[in-house]
Parts: sequence; structure tokens; C-alpha cells
Amino acid sequence: MIAWTIYVTFAGAVVLLFLPGGLSRWIALITTIASFALSLSAFFQMSIVDLAHFNTIVRVPWVPMLGMNYHLAVDGISLTMVLVTGLVAIASVLFSWDVDHRPNEFFFWLLLVVGGSYGVFLSADLFLLFLFYELVIVPKYFLIAIWGSTNKEYGAMKLTLYSFFGGALVFIGIIAAYVTAGSLDLNQLAEFQFPPQLQSWAFPVLFIGFAVLAGIWPLHTWAPTGHVAAPTAGSMLLAGIVMKLGSYAGLRVAMNLFPQGFQMWRNWIAVLAVIGIVYAAAVALRQRDLKFVVGYSSVSHMGFVLLGLATANALGVSGAVLQMFSHGVIGALLFAVAGRMVYRRTHTRDLDALSGMGLSQALPFAAFSFVIASAASMGIPGFSGFAAEITILIGAWKTYPVAVWITGAGMVLVAAFTLRAVKQSFFGERSALGGSTASPGDAKSYSASPTFVTSSAERSIHPPHPPDLAPITLVEKCGACLLMFATLAVGLYPKLLLDRIMPAVEAMRFLKSGS
Amino acid sequence: MSYLELLKLASPEIVVVITALAVLAIGLASTRASDICSFVAALGLVLAIGAVLMLPRNATLFHGMLVISPLNSLFKIICLALAFFTVLLAYAKNSLRNHGEYLAIILLATIGLMLLVGSEELLMIFIGLELTGLSLYVMAAFDKTDVRSAEAGLKYFLFGSTASAFTLFGISFIYGMSGTTGLAAVGQKLATQSIQPLLFVGIVMTLVGFAFKIAAAPFHLWAPDVYQGAPVPSAAFIASGSKVASFVVLGKIVLVGFGPVHGSAAWHAMIAGWAPVLAVLAALSVVIGNLVALAQSNVRRLLAYSAVAHAGYTLLGLVAGGRDGFSATLFYTTVYAFTLVGAFGVVALVRRETAGDDLQNFAGLWSRSPLLAGCMSIFMLSLAGLPPLAGFFGKFYLFSVAFRAGANHGLLWLVALALFGSLVSLYYYLIVLKVIFTDQSGDAATSIAATLGSDIELLQRITLSVLAIVVLLLGIMPGILLTQIAVSL
Repeated sequence: MIAWTIYVTFAGAVVLLFLPGGLSRWIALITTIASFALSLSAFFQMSIVDLAHFNTIVRVPWVPMLGMNYHLAVDGISLTMVLVTGLVAIASVLFSWDVDHRPNEFFFWLLLVVGGSYGVFLSADLFLLFLFYELVIVPKYFLIAIWGSTNKEYGAMKLTLYSFFGGALVFIGIIAAYVTAGSLDLNQLAEFQFPPQLQSWAFPVLFIGFAVLAGIWPLHTWAPTGHVAAPTAGSMLLAGIVMKLGSYAGLRVAMNLFPQGFQMWRNWIAVLAVIGIVYAAAVALRQRDLKFVVGYSSVSHMGFVLLGLATANALGVSGAVLQMFSHGVIGALLFAVAGRMVYRRTHTRDLDALSGMGLSQALPFAAFSFVIASAASMGIPGFSGFAAEITILIGAWKTYPVAVWITGAGMVLVAAFTLRAVKQSFFGERSALGGSTASPGDAKSYSASPTFVTSSAERSIHPPHPPDLAPITLVEKCGACLLMFATLAVGLYPKLLLDRIMPAVEAMRFLKSGS
Repeated sequence: MSYLELLKLASPEIVVVITALAVLAIGLASTRASDICSFVAALGLVLAIGAVLMLPRNATLFHGMLVISPLNSLFKIICLALAFFTVLLAYAKNSLRNHGEYLAIILLATIGLMLLVGSEELLMIFIGLELTGLSLYVMAAFDKTDVRSAEAGLKYFLFGSTASAFTLFGISFIYGMSGTTGLAAVGQKLATQSIQPLLFVGIVMTLVGFAFKIAAAPFHLWAPDVYQGAPVPSAAFIASGSKVASFVVLGKIVLVGFGPVHGSAAWHAMIAGWAPVLAVLAALSVVIGNLVALAQSNVRRLLAYSAVAHAGYTLLGLVAGGRDGFSATLFYTTVYAFTLVGAFGVVALVRRETAGDDLQNFAGLWSRSPLLAGCMSIFMLSLAGLPPLAGFFGKFYLFSVAFRAGANHGLLWLVALALFGSLVSLYYYLIVLKVIFTDQSGDAATSIAATLGSDIELLQRITLSVLAIVVLLLGIMPGILLTQIAVSL
């Protein structure tokens, strides 16, 4: 049943290529809603016991000579990722509702990314997983290069080449595993005892290859550039889903197949993860472009995921999976507000310029969404970010207490840059000129020079007229509400997902074989 | 063995010979030459494919000069199919003068390819090489109105003749060492001998000759000028048919004839004595081909340098050796050949429309013809090795076979090099696609397109779509071709 998410998405992609432009967004919407409905139905139908291990859905011989099977399976982890894919896909279609430049191709590439992601999360055959993993690379290029904004061609090429570079490393690791074990079935490979010598070099190659897509420091520089260059839906998909492909595959393939290699290298992974969290947060603090702030925050949050994976205990890894879900939703919402709601209307992302526009009055719904998204991003209780991050930190405390101290400091930085972004983009002091008030020096100061505006008392009594910006459309409100609801639901009742994630994580071999 | 038996076993070649002569005659006699000749040529090729299918399963004539086996029959069909697509793509309203002669020479080259693929005896291989080579030299120089065509033909001829001389000399040494010319017999004789310097020289010279044919570095210098200067159908056929047949023959020579020859010391734990030579050729081809392709601004030259790189990847399979290695090589080169015919087909149409085939002539192709843009993206992405296209599976198979072959993963360095070559190649393939999809049509392009009208014939569009579908299909269901190859080895 859940396998139909893949087929429906690809079928929708091919169908809308041949239809008139106006229909394509409807087909895309119907397709994404249908896939999400399928995954929801699987969520409610499959019992928690079932989801504890990797259940085969489809297993059809594909190239028997090489042992390749078309093998799909699902467990709690996969189901969580499929859910977040569905959510972000629907939201991204809603936020691209007014794309009028070659809409057919736009939604075609968008659905290819979504379909490929479904494929990665549901694959139980190593070659099939790799096929879907690489399938996602080219649609990203076209989405950014054709419909993107700042530096789109550079950003697109950098992102694509980095992804393919990660894919090349993964290729080597996959071939090493395949040739040594003689099988491509993930279940069989998980049982196979790879020689430690092989694991010692194959694991870092494989994990780093996957982690490039997850934004591991220092191979993360494609992420901010690419996310900024991408159109709104592109950024939502990239930050929300595609980065999770890397971490999911790192868990499902690298850590599960090479447990001894993982034990050898996990300290390094934890170090890189913590550096990523703190470094990205610090860099975000200095950004002048709202979308760059969000881009770096993505890298920082993915650092949490990698830290959780590196802890090698059930709690940490479950927290990592939950964070993959949570950040998928939150990152998508942040990019949606920054891109579609703000940039499309104001045509600027410069924080100084935005601070002079009084957007909290002009776009109250956008301000509301951004505040909710930022709260979730900071890890405020009640939202999914808190549930995920606290789980990761508790898991990390068992193995890397120092990391928890440093990450705590990092979280202060996260709060700092998030609040700065919120304040400057939406709640800046509105200047009478209604335009940019580029203040010299420190980007944190927002007050206009006092020589040419009235006193603040006067401003509060007679607020200047808000700039004429188009109100937030119903479609955008639906998309934002969907994402906000998701993060709130999981934040208030994380057991919903954790009940399904934790048994699946505990069943993974690398935890059973002693950590 | 009677003459009738020979006729029956050589029936595909005979059908193509008759077709070639018929096309030649019609071309001279009729005024509507290009239409009728193309039709007759295509029909003849289809009949030849039918004749191949009706051949017996196994037969050998003249100590291996003509061998019917499942492998040979399969590759005769593939060469005939490539020629068929080339003939279709050569069809144009304002084609070259003497279109009948042109098609006849394509058919003669096809006969050469079939002789190459169908023989397992050194002398016949040489005859096939020469027949193919001479036909291809003429095809490269066929456009008398373009000085670059003459340059291409002359360079190809000079290079090719020298390489043929090397091959012949090498073959003569092999004959001297082994006393026979049949490949299987040569293999047996060489197994009993220790490696001698003279034998080594013979092997290297033969490999040099073949390295020229497949455009492996450092014997690739003819490729850019020939691919760019020759008329597009010629370049397409050189890039596809000639390569496939050369790899089949090279594989047979190296694995059957030279197979038992062991090196003096296992170098980097590789398999047989001649393997280091091929490994070096492969590594050089991958590096040189990919790096130089980065600097190209003409699509045909880019395809030429990418051909060098792909020759490197394909050689990986031969370095790995064994049935798996050979099967990976054959699969990859077949897929590559069909992809290149398609890519050159798109180039031909763009060239006809905009009078040039530089990158800027492709600008904005998506708006002028989405079908061409879509087909070109399938071909380029398959060459880059992206799923779900055939090139992806081909590379996966090739690299996993190569990885498995060396003891202690001795070929890991070569696989890693090839993978990073692939990464570099993605950049220039994406540049082509970027120009097609994102750039707006240049002024020159739109004005010429306006005067010629959308003069893209329906036949070409169907041909390109069929090729694109084939590439996609082989990527999703590679078993179709793979089981055929594996079964026939």
C-alpha cells in the first residue's frame, strides 16, 4: 500500500508534463495529497509491533544475474520519513501555486524529487536505494537553475556537483559491500559479517558520502548557497527532505552494514556534528540575508541529527530520526515564509531593508507563521524541535557529555540568530520613509537615524501606513497551517512517532551487537 | 564444406553487399536519390537482421575466419541496428550530394563491422578492420563543401593507417610466436610458453592499434577533429558502430588470445600480464578525456573527448577480465553506442536548424523543440551515469566487476579514478543541458530557425524518440540486454 506513494508520484509527474500549464499544479496537488493520504493510512493501519522490523512490501526479481531485486520495505523509521516527505511535498506545491514560468516542467521536477525521496525511504535493496538517491540529483539542478534567484546557476551547479561527489563516495562503499557480501538485499547485508579491515575504510567513505547530502561540516557549503538560490518550493524540498536522505541512508546503510566501522569512527562523527551545530549557528548570526540565516540554521539542525546518530544508543538515534521529521517540517516552514511570503512581496531579503518595512502589520499571518516556526526552531517546548533535541541530548549525555555542554552553548547561539532574524525581518521599527534604513555598522541595530524621523512617541500614536503588499493568500495559509499543525502535534504528543521509531531503531543490528 | 554452406552462413553479409550495390546503382540512376536510397538501405539492413536471426546457433568455417555463435550474432544485430539508425538520421531533404554513394559506403562499413565481429582469426580481423577503416575514412571526408571534413578525413586516414600498420606488425609477431592465426589456437600455444620480449612487443603493438580504434588516450588525437569535422552521420557511425565492434574484437583477442599470458610479477595484484597496459590506457583516457572536455565550447568536440573518457571506463571491464568483465564491457559499449547515435542525431538537427553546433547554437532548444531537448537530456544524463538511465546501470555493473576482480581490491584505484572522472563529466554534461534549458535562444538562432521553419522531419523525431526510449528502458530493465549477453558468452 505504502509503495503506491512512489508510483502515484511518478505517474503524476509524467502525466502533468503533457497537460496544459494551468492544470499542472492541480495534478501536483492531487498527487501529493494522495501519496500523503496513503502514507497516513499505512501509519494508522500498521501496528506498532509490525513496524519494529523491516517489513517487506514488494520483492520482485529485477536483474537476477546480479542479485538485484525490486525490494521495498517499511519500518517505523521509514514510515516517519515518508510522512514528513508527504507533508513537505503538499506544502511545497501549495507554496508554488503561482509559478507561471513553465509550470509543467516545474512541477515535473518537483514531483521527481518527491518520488525519488519516497523511493529512498522505502528501499530495501542497496542498488534500488542508490538508484533513487542519485535520481534526485538532476531535478534539483533544474529546479534551481531555471526558477531560482540569487546566483542560481552557480548555486545549482555547486549543489549538484557536491551531491554527485557524495554519490561517488557512496558508490565506492556500496560496491565494496556488494562485492564482499555478494548480495544487495539490505536485510541480508545487515546480517553479513564484514571483515573489520574492510569496514575500517569502507564505513567512513560510505558515511561521509551520505553525510555530504546531510550537510556535515566541513562539506556543508553547498547548502546555504543552494538553498538561497533555489525557488521557495526548491528550498523547502531541499532542506526538508533531501538533506534527510543523506542522514537516513547513513543510518540505514552505513551504520547498519558496518557496525564495527561505525564504532571505530563515531567519535569523529560526533566531533564534526558538534562543530557543525556551533559553527553554522555562529555564521547564521552574521548573515544579512534572511534566507541565508535559514540556510545556515538548516545546517545547524542537521548537526543535531548527526550527533544523535553518533551516540549509538537507542535514545540518541531515535531522537535523530525524530529531529529529521521535525526539522523537515520546521525548515520547510521557515523557507516558505522567507521565500514565498516575504521575498515575493517585498523583493528583498536583506534584514536591514526588511526591518524598515513593518511587516508585522503588513503581513500579520506571515509574522505569526514565522514566530511559530522560529519558536519551533529554537527548541521551545510544545513544538517538535524540543522533543527531538531533548531526546538527542539525553542520548548524547550517556556517551558524549562534553558534546552536550558545547551543544548547549550552541543552542544559545541558535536562539540568538533566530530571535535576531525574527526581530529584524518582522518586528523592526517602521521608519517614516517606508524603505530601507541601512544603518551603518552593526547589523543588529535597527533604529533609524534620528535626524529625519519623528520621535518614537509620535510614531506609536500615528503609525505610518504599512507598505502596500499583497495579503497572504488562502493557499499559502493552508500550507503554513499544515506545517504548523504537524510540528505542534508532534511537539505536544511525540509518543505518536516515538512509539514507532524506537522499536525500529532498537531492532537495528548495530545496536544489538553491543555499543 | 560447400559453397552453398558458405553462402548460407554469410547470408547477412551478402544481403548487405547486395543492398550496397543496389543503393549505389539507384543513386546514380534516379533523381529522387536520397528518398529511394535511404528506403532501400534501411530495408536491406532490416532484412540482414532477419538473416542473422535465421542463422544456425553455432558454426565455424576456415579455422575461425567465420564463426557463428550467439555472441557474434547478437553483435551483428547490434551493428546492423546502429547502421539502421545512422541511415535514418542521414536522411534529409537537402542532404549531401551523391547521397547514394554515401549510403553505400555506410553499408560497406557495416559489412566490415560484421566481418570483424564474426571472426575469431587474426587475419580476418585485420581484413575487417581495414574494410571498416577505409569506408570510415571516406565517410569522414565526404562533405566536399567543408574544408573541415577534408581535414577530418585526412587526419583519420593518416592516423588510422599508421595504427593499422602497428596492428599488422603486432599480429605478425603473434603469428611468429605461436605459429597459428586462430585466436583459440593462439591462446593455447601461448599458454605453454613463457613470456618473451618479442611476444610482449607483439602484444603491445596490437593493443596500440586497437587503442587507436577505440580512441583511448594517448592514441585519441584524431577523435576531436574527426567528430567535429566529419558529416554528422559519419561521426555518429564512427562513434558508435566502430567502437562496439572494436571492443568486441579487442575483448576476444585479449581474453581468448592473450588470456593465458601471465606477467612476470603481479603488479598491484592484477590479473594477467597485459592487464597493466590496458589499465594505464584506461586511467589516461579517463583523466585526459574528462579534463579536456571541460574546456570545450563545441558540442561535437565535447562528445569526442567524452568518447575518450568512456573508452577508459569500458576498458575497465577488460582489465577486470573474465566472463563478468567482458560482459560488463559489452553491455556498456552497446548502451554507449545507442546513446551516442541519439546525441549525434540531436546535433544533426540543431546543426541543420542553426548552421552550427557550438554550445550557443543549442541555447533555448527547449522552447524551439521540447522533444529534442528531452531526448538530449536523456542522452547526456545517461552518459553522465545518472539513474534511471542505462548509463547508470552500465557503470554500476562495470565498476562492481572491476572491484571484484583484483585480489585484495587491487583495482580500487582505477575504480575510484573512474568515479571521479564521472563526477567531472557531470559538470560538462550539465553545462550542455543548462544551455539547452535555461538560456534563451540567441538572435542568430531564432532568425535562422524562422527562415528554415521548423524543418525537423517527422522521421528524425521518431528515430530520436525511439533511441531515447531504448536508453530509458535499458536503464529500468537492464536484464533485457544483460541476459542476452551473459547467455551468449
